[in-house]
Amino acid sequence: MKHKVINMKTSTLIILAIVCIIIFIAPLVMFSGHGEDDGYFGGSDDAAGEAVEASGFQPWAQSIWEPPSGEIESLLFALQAAIGAIIIGYFFGYWRGQGKEE
Amino acid sequence: MHIMEGYLPLEWCIVWFVVAIIFVAYGIYQIKKIVDETPESKALLAVSGAFMFILSSLKLPSVTGSCSHPCGNGLGAALFGPAVTAVLATIVLIFQALLLAHGGLTTLGANIVSMGIVGPVVAWIVYKAFTKAGISSTIAIFFAAFLGDLLTYVTTSFQLAFAFPAPTFSAALTNFLVIFAVTQIPLAVGEGILTVIIWDRLKAYKPKLLDKLGALAPNEA
Repeated sequence: MKHKVINMKTSTLIILAIVCIIIFIAPLVMFSGHGEDDGYFGGSDDAAGEAVEASGFQPWAQSIWEPPSGEIESLLFALQAAIGAIIIGYFFGYWRGQGKEE
Repeated sequence: MHIMEGYLPLEWCIVWFVVAIIFVAYGIYQIKKIVDETPESKALLAVSGAFMFILSSLKLPSVTGSCSHPCGNGLGAALFGPAVTAVLATIVLIFQALLLAHGGLTTLGANIVSMGIVGPVVAWIVYKAFTKAGISSTIAIFFAAFLGDLLTYVTTSFQLAFAFPAPTFSAALTNFLVIFAVTQIPLAVGEGILTVIIWDRLKAYKPKLLDKLGALAPNEA
């Protein structure tokens, strides 16, 4: 079977990546100088939790274990991203090499 | 979109758990079937899960001034359908509930329903509809990932508004939508772009496998 898959040019991929970076840097520039203390860059999950508490609801369970500090939490988040990145990098590299041999 | 541990009344925890278990059980059955029929798709399953792992760990700033994270559930939905994606999402959510105190075991069902079921179902429908209409799979995957991400957060807003309809359901819904969905719009665009980049590379490396899974547009096969 003949495949008519059309792929993007490397330059298009790079431009897309740059657009993506701009989207996530824009808020940092827009709210530059603000921080957690004046209510910026907090998590939406926490904001929803506060809204729930404001309705008078008492949470009836707590996490079995919580990262003891912000440092440990960022360690575990970095670990999560690293696990994902290793898997994708491994297979993409493998497939790319495979394609070149063919 | 993580509803925190203990932040849903028990009856709602049970409702969402029941929905989630049915879907995840069917997803496990489907994974077995896919792996039996096309063993080489195992690597693709791992990549879809890994993509979700990365994206859901990235808490990104939004133009609303608060932070949230993308979901990565559009890729798996386009490749394998929503039930398989529900299984992948469950793995990610258990990791985050146990190690990061993000989400929780009591709210696991609800979080699976938003990130693992509603988001992927929407992404899958959008992807199939776009490709059937003759639109390139690369453009289809953008909208699938964008809407899959956004609808995940809309679902969480509905779940919280159902559980806490104070003062009225619509007022509560608006409140939660402002917190979640509005913040999510630029992040969902970013997720769409990232998914497009991954998708383009998958098409370059594994066109035959994607075709075998029925994940390409009809005019690409």
